[in-house]
Amino acid sequence: MTELYTLTAHAAHALLTAREVSARALLESVLARIDAVEPRLHSYLRLLPETARAQADAVDAKIAAGEAIGPLEGIPLALKDILCTTGVPTTCASRMLENFIPPYDATVVRRLREAGVIVVGKTNMDEFAMGSSTENSAFGPSHNPWDLSRVPGGSSGGSASAVGGDEALLGIGTDTGGSIRQPAAYCGVVGLKPTYGRVSRYGLIAFASSLDQVGPITKDVTDAALLMNAIAGPDPCDSTCFPEAAPDYTAGLGRSIAGLRIGVPREFFTQEGVQVDAGVERAVRTALDLYAKLGAEIEECSLPNVRFSLPTYYIIAPAEASSNLARYDGVEFGYRQTGTKDIIGMMTASRDRGFGMEVKRRIMLGTYVLSSGYYDAYYLKASQVRTLIRQDFERAFERYDVLVSPTAPSVAFPLGAKVDDPMQMYLNDICTIPINMAGIPALSLPCGYDRGLPVGLQLMGAHWAEPALLQAAYAYEQAAGWTRTAVDEAGRVTAAG
Amino acid sequence: MADYELIVGFEVHAELATATKIFCGCSTEPGAPANTHTCPVCLGLPGVLPVLNGAALEHAVRVALACHCGISSPSIFERKNYYYPDLPKNYQVSQKRAPFGVDGWFDLEVDGTVKRISIVDIHLEEDAGKLVHPEERSAAGYSLVDFNRAGVPLLEVVSGPDLRSVAEAEAYMTAMRRLLQYLGASDARMELGQIRFEANISVRPVGTETLGKRVEIKNLNSFRTVTRAIEYEMARQIDLYERGGAVAQETRLWDDARGETQAMRSKEESHDYRYFPEPDLVPMVFTDAYLADLAAKLPELPAARRTRFIEAFGLPEYDAAILTGEKTIADFVDAAVALGANPKTVSNWIMGEALRLLNEKGLAPDALPITPRALADLIALVDDGKINANQAKQVFAEMFDSGAAPEEIVKARGFAQISDVSALAAIVDAVVAANPDAAAKYTAGDDKPLGFLVGQVMKQSRGQANAPVVNALIRKKLRGE
Ligand SMILES: [Zn+2]
Repeated sequence: MTELYTLTAHAAHALLTAREVSARALLESVLARIDAVEPRLHSYLRLLPETARAQADAVDAKIAAGEAIGPLEGIPLALKDILCTTGVPTTCASRMLENFIPPYDATVVRRLREAGVIVVGKTNMDEFAMGSSTENSAFGPSHNPWDLSRVPGGSSGGSASAVGGDEALLGIGTDTGGSIRQPAAYCGVVGLKPTYGRVSRYGLIAFASSLDQVGPITKDVTDAALLMNAIAGPDPCDSTCFPEAAPDYTAGLGRSIAGLRIGVPREFFTQEGVQVDAGVERAVRTALDLYAKLGAEIEECSLPNVRFSLPTYYIIAPAEASSNLARYDGVEFGYRQTGTKDIIGMMTASRDRGFGMEVKRRIMLGTYVLSSGYYDAYYLKASQVRTLIRQDFERAFERYDVLVSPTAPSVAFPLGAKVDDPMQMYLNDICTIPINMAGIPALSLPCGYDRGLPVGLQLMGAHWAEPALLQAAYAYEQAAGWTRTAVDEAGRVTAAG
Repeated sequence: MADYELIVGFEVHAELATATKIFCGCSTEPGAPANTHTCPVCLGLPGVLPVLNGAALEHAVRVALACHCGISSPSIFERKNYYYPDLPKNYQVSQKRAPFGVDGWFDLEVDGTVKRISIVDIHLEEDAGKLVHPEERSAAGYSLVDFNRAGVPLLEVVSGPDLRSVAEAEAYMTAMRRLLQYLGASDARMELGQIRFEANISVRPVGTETLGKRVEIKNLNSFRTVTRAIEYEMARQIDLYERGGAVAQETRLWDDARGETQAMRSKEESHDYRYFPEPDLVPMVFTDAYLADLAAKLPELPAARRTRFIEAFGLPEYDAAILTGEKTIADFVDAAVALGANPKTVSNWIMGEALRLLNEKGLAPDALPITPRALADLIALVDDGKINANQAKQVFAEMFDSGAAPEEIVKARGFAQISDVSALAAIVDAVVAANPDAAAKYTAGDDKPLGFLVGQVMKQSRGQANAPVVNALIRKKLRGE
């Protein structure tokens, strides 16, 4: 029989409501899978088996009492360790917050709990979400379930490797420049970065406030829609959160996409200094052929200002980070270096020891671009360019319903391949960063393989167009019929068929 | 030595009178045990986000409107970045570079003439926490932080360099504080640190137009220290110019014990605050309807109230100015009048006994311990002839001390006024008989002995005689009037 841990959330829900499987059995299957593969994957920084078991038993009691359960009730989920959880350490994969125990829940965490989702553990990531491989974790990298010598992507690499490696049915990640979509692509799963403001950021430990967004990492499109239903919506605790109620994201799944207008922006395939790998491009073009067969109208297009996304991002994101991370000074919480002679020494030493190299690099970048005399040339200019990028997208969405590109220029790269070359690491995000700059939603879903590793197809939509993205993604997913995984005894996942 | 002209501008920092902090729901009530008025938001814990307190914004907009400012819309918050242990996030959310109120003015009355002072900007910001140093700091090896104040809403009002004398500076401080109180925007109690002034001071030879180098003075805790600091700084700068030196544009701290200003260390001054727009808050957009509504609901401001006291109550200009100078006093007068008391009589009680007793006991005007109801009742007792003026003063003093109702005091003290003409006539006869010289003088046309004779009657009656009746009886008896 199929192992329970390989199920999607909606398939597991059907078994739970049919009383064929208990929530506890589902959880135990996942926990056993974690026992088996976690030493190789290192998706998690912390497991919460006891609270998870208690929650599962409560769901079973509810089912036994004949009560209806919600679509995600009793489903095990992997939560990125950047979202605050009451009483449970929330580290951002940093020495700085190794012992930080939040006294409050992030809004997303509260909503998950209200939906009855079971958080099985908190997942590894690049420190403070700064990175594209989880190699910047202070607690060691995660590994790609498809090839353990390769990275799972980042920064939400732990959530992606957990879902891709069947250590959870659902995952939550955050995306500042591609941190949900790129690891989802690398691990052969679905990842959605919602429109900026669609999901509350309250309790999400900030990297770059104007770019950060929480979103689902799931085994298929239906689960992504279900998870969006649980987490999206207004929040009085977040002034930047969209005040209108979220729609039912499953509503459009299964509807025909005939007549869907798809734009294919050439800047996402080739740009100065970056060329999408031939195998990746081939997979994406094949996917576009399938979309054509499904009745979509496909057209090449251009977003000329998108080429400025990377430099603009590396001004705005570090600038905001330099300020957001100023609070980690050893005074109130987080790592404190003792034995220093005064307060300045304490703050300096605490930050020096508490932060890793990439975090320090970005704090210095951000401090520099905000400095008196440089602000106009860097931050202000970048803000203006950001407007141009957004306008490029707005113009494109007058013509197209969806834009399609690869999620990343390559498949997962080997661990260590880019750690010494930050510029190469940054260039890896060239297809995902423009979306955050524009604040629009984008989804990555598997579209085949290059050299045996999954390729991600990125669908981009206008502001609040998540339903259209999910509908288009679902149509492709059903037609393409990629059998997601086959799992070997060592815990490795390989492409089937 | 050339004649120099003093040039002063102010930055006024006022704590807004909101029940909760600017970005969270914590109480702003002072005096709570350390760190009890805190939450994840005002502690700046990882992951938290600010939500602007609408009441703070409304107060601030009202002040801006009362100062005739243009309202920038959209207006944004910015982050002012600097490291200090009392600043939870190590940045302060402020509007320093993007104030929402700009280019306003404020009419200041000094010695009977009105002077228009420009208001350069009005903006909101959050307060920081407070460092608490153990007695033996070096021995303890630590300091503590109390974050109760972190996130308390502050309003900053920046004036142009338009004040030209110490008197004008004093008048401005008084008037600005009064305006904030009238608007209900701030309690503005200096002794509680609810309002602070920073003065920008320069001097220039009379007749020249260019402004001298400006010195900013901080650490001014009372009107008195501001005045002293301005006088000191003026003399210091003139002395520098006279000796051929130059004034440095700098920030100086007032040292109250030494009575002098001292330059801040340049290290403290050379901050690069790296301002940038606060991404966690959305731009504030003020609709015309919102602004018109607030403008229409502005309360009566000090100048209008003074005019009303003169015109509707028939009070002298001087009295009206004093009474409206403190909002709580003016509110008291209005309340007593609303209870039926005669405005002039109310004014006389406040201008006389109330201010005298407040002064004597070193109390602030807003600490007036009697109620408008009690004063109105006291006035009614006098008007009804139940007690005389002398007794009323004693009753007032006791009301001031004990807070008891006037009727109770009158009863307890056995006060009752003798207005009975036959009873008083007998005493008058006895007094006239006992003081023939004074009586003769008065009869002969000298008015002076009248007071003495009345006083003797009062004494005989143990202060209970109705003085106007006694007056009339003596006049009638000795002069047949
Ligand atoms: Zn608070």
